[in-house]
Amino acid sequence: MMEWIDFSFWFLIALTALCLLRVILGPTVADRVVAIDIMGIIVVGICVLLAIRTGRSFLIDIGIAWIILSFIGTLTMAKYLERRKLNE
Amino acid sequence: MNELISNILIGIGLAFSFFGCLGLIRLPDIYNRLQSATKCVTLGACCILLSLVIRYGFNDIGIKALIAIPILFFTSTSGAHALLKGSHISGFKMWEKSVTDHYSDDTLGKEEETTEKT
Amino acid sequence: MRAINVLIYFLICFATWLLLTHNLGWQNLVAGSVISLLTTLVFSRYFNFDVTKMINPVRWFWMIIYIIYFIWQCVKANFDVAYRVLHPAMPIKPGIVRVNLTLQGSLARTILANSITMTPGTIAVDIIDDILYVHWIYVRYLDHDRYAYRISGKFERILKKIFE
Repeated sequence: MMEWIDFSFWFLIALTALCLLRVILGPTVADRVVAIDIMGIIVVGICVLLAIRTGRSFLIDIGIAWIILSFIGTLTMAKYLERRKLNE
Repeated sequence: MNELISNILIGIGLAFSFFGCLGLIRLPDIYNRLQSATKCVTLGACCILLSLVIRYGFNDIGIKALIAIPILFFTSTSGAHALLKGSHISGFKMWEKSVTDHYSDDTLGKEEETTEKT
Repeated sequence: MRAINVLIYFLICFATWLLLTHNLGWQNLVAGSVISLLTTLVFSRYFNFDVTKMINPVRWFWMIIYIIYFIWQCVKANFDVAYRVLHPAMPIKPGIVRVNLTLQGSLARTILANSITMTPGTIAVDIIDDILYVHWIYVRYLDHDRYAYRISGKFERILKKIFE
């Protein structure tokens, strides 16, 4: 059943293309930040599918690191939108 | 049997992620977009992680995936909350057919006071 | 009490390290204990939660019930979003409402806000003093008691049994 996993891999890549469409269309800054945040979670799904396909465990580590980095980036952009300094 | 269940879980995860991205495209303003996208895409990624656990069992790779699930839940919900508060304070308008907005009713007076002080 | 807190946070960090690396050689044990000790010493002052409350097994029972109820609400929320997105007329009526909180303690309030974010149609915006602001995608009622029961009533009742 490896074909099904290959198909779902390409399907998730098409979903990241949808998020990029919102990045291009988005009228405000906040819309673009939301689309990038959601794209990070979808990339975690792609990493997990690669781990299922190859059976190697370090790909899950990449996924966890990606979750945390995307979270830090989102927090930084939220602070910027609130117009506050980073050490408050 | 395990493989069949994990394939079905991957299908459910794909469907939920698709609904989330469709909501990101279709809904009218940032608050509604954030709501649909965070819920659906987070549960979709959790379904794909669970399918990995079911396929490989509780060895090193499965336990890593189990630890990743609560991290994903807490970071995505806190990030959505921070982004929502930031965009509301930054002054992006809600959709024109919105019903109520108690938050700006309560906080608008205080913000004007602080800006006058600075 | 503070020493017990630090010890329990150290044990949680060390167990997470062992589960993530999945290796019992002595080098791995030494590196994990040093990193867990540093993490605990730096970050344990941000957690002021009384851990000795958690010895009571009744609280663990209510926590399992809370997790099951939360997963059920989460699945319901996803079908709700799918219905609103796929419907051609998009039946949404958004608004931000205020909900009075009776729950005390910062950890309990954080878990309540995170749960509200994953339940059908609602997402938490801010907490000022005792009021929680919630963005709701379909405002059914404008009467405070009815929507407060619908949004956070059951969650708050179970969380009180866990944390108080």
